[in-house]
Amino acid sequence: MAVLSTPRSAVQLASKGQPLREHLFRIALIASLAIAFVFLLALLSYVLIEGWPRLDSRLWENMPSVRNPDIAGAQSAITGTLWVISITALLTLPTGIAAAIYLEEYADRDRWWNRVIELNIQNLAAIPSIVYGILGLGIIARTFGLGFSVITASITLGLLVLPIVIIASREAIRAVPPSIREGSLALGATQWQTISRQVLPASIPGIATGSILALSRAIGEAAPLLMLGAVSFIRFNPDGVFASYTVLPIQIFNWISQSREGFHILASAAIVILLVILLLMNSAAIWLRNRYQKRW
Amino acid sequence: MTSGQRRLSAVATAAVVVALSAACGGTNTTPPAGEGTTAATQAAGAELTGQVKIDGSSTVAPLTSAAAEFFAEEQPKINVTVGTSGTGGGFEKFCNGETDVADASRPIKDEEKAACDAKGIKHSQLSVATDALTVVVNKENTWATCLTTDQLRKMWEPAAEGKVTTWKQVDAKFPDEPLKLFGPGTDSGTFDYFTDEINGEEGASRKDYSPSEDDNITVQGVTGSKGGLGYFGFTYFEENADKLKAVEIDSGEGCVAPSVETAQNGTYAPLSRALFVYPSATAAKRPEVAAFLDFFVANINKIATDAQFVPLNAEQEAKLKTDFAALKTQAG
Repeated sequence: MAVLSTPRSAVQLASKGQPLREHLFRIALIASLAIAFVFLLALLSYVLIEGWPRLDSRLWENMPSVRNPDIAGAQSAITGTLWVISITALLTLPTGIAAAIYLEEYADRDRWWNRVIELNIQNLAAIPSIVYGILGLGIIARTFGLGFSVITASITLGLLVLPIVIIASREAIRAVPPSIREGSLALGATQWQTISRQVLPASIPGIATGSILALSRAIGEAAPLLMLGAVSFIRFNPDGVFASYTVLPIQIFNWISQSREGFHILASAAIVILLVILLLMNSAAIWLRNRYQKRW
Repeated sequence: MTSGQRRLSAVATAAVVVALSAACGGTNTTPPAGEGTTAATQAAGAELTGQVKIDGSSTVAPLTSAAAEFFAEEQPKINVTVGTSGTGGGFEKFCNGETDVADASRPIKDEEKAACDAKGIKHSQLSVATDALTVVVNKENTWATCLTTDQLRKMWEPAAEGKVTTWKQVDAKFPDEPLKLFGPGTDSGTFDYFTDEINGEEGASRKDYSPSEDDNITVQGVTGSKGGLGYFGFTYFEENADKLKAVEIDSGEGCVAPSVETAQNGTYAPLSRALFVYPSATAAKRPEVAAFLDFFVANINKIATDAQFVPLNAEQEAKLKTDFAALKTQAG
């Protein structure tokens, strides 16, 4: 709507000349937006209506049950998801941001190896997640001997989203005007002081948004975790990084493939929980962005 | 300067914390740390702790999951986990020493046995329930009440690919209705069993059918098309008996409908099959695994009935108990 009511711009002035084409273009834009929005809304209302009867405290207070959909819950999957995603964040964010700082502030782009690294990071971001699952199974679970545990899942998901964190952080760091760096250096600050006190604080909004989007991707992944021994039935919460676990997407998949109708309702309710967790994470990103946004 | 140092040390602390948590089980960083039940600690009285890891066939998983659920009422501190990597995936982990019990919807293959032997994993096969692979058609299908195994082969054999597309081609008496086939994907033990029994070779099947790892999709597919036909485990048919019709199977000795009885006494041939669990003899030495297996075998038919499997008959149950006793002696 905001687009429609923004007047007095160059676009509006120009539109006086060719009203029909301009209008068609504007309608095409709004239609594109509507497609994304309508599908999201349809999905949301579908799972809400479908899952409504089971969208209550049983879902997070009870453990899974294969015998009775009425007493089944997803507590182990919810805690499993929170464990996996927290450890993933702990491992990925520092590494990703550090790598981005190196590439933006230190790396000499005239050197061929730095260009190779850049190209590879972009390629890594496009690798299907199941490939990371195979990597995690062969190297992290078996060669490193970490087994089918929370830490294996976190490291694998961390590797999966690391390129996204690096790329987003680089964009954010690059968006800080060079004049800020030059000013800081001119006042006698070292390069590290410039980065830690000027560049990083100024790029936090962008880094936070990118990181949360990356973690949101990780939270919805089921394919690599199927390889990494996320179990489909567990009645315990993880009690450490070496514990067995399951995550919400796996639990949802498991419930959907059950033969009893009651479990399909549960699956929808669990989808709502997963969406709520995602929504909370995205809100955190928006809050961080607004809190730290600076205008030059 | 000082604030710079503070930031630096904060970063360093964070790094140390991460490294520590990775090194020693994370009990010191993350909030809901339990009482360290992961490692099998000593038993306090009759209450055991520890973990039993089960993985394998998704057909058998509901049975072992139900067993785990009943077992939790007796031993609430033993953590039984059930994975669904498929029969093949389950054996791979089992023979690698990563799980204690493998769920299987077919017997172990020779190469899998060799992998187990190479790692020194002793195991034995326990038949724990029976399944009747059920061939289903649409409710409006009035012509196919009984199919012979030859007719089924005509529909499913690799040579039928692209050629057999109507019911009339299967049998001249059938109407000229398009034949739409649904079934499990190639990773499934159900697929292996069906192709072996019907087409004479494991894995040999026409490829132009709608495969799905989720049997509910097969239910939807067959419900939605008049000429539809699909197959899956008996449980799925029981749940959807109001939407679908089960076909009787004639393997040369008359038409037999799938049911608990015909599966148990073996007259529903060749599509009734045994479902297995393979416990590792080494793992069965651990008190928590032994306790779980004891419970599972002792209550097998109660669990099977509750999980909507076809339970064992008296003879099969007796055999299970002898097999299990043999495993325990092997475990020592």
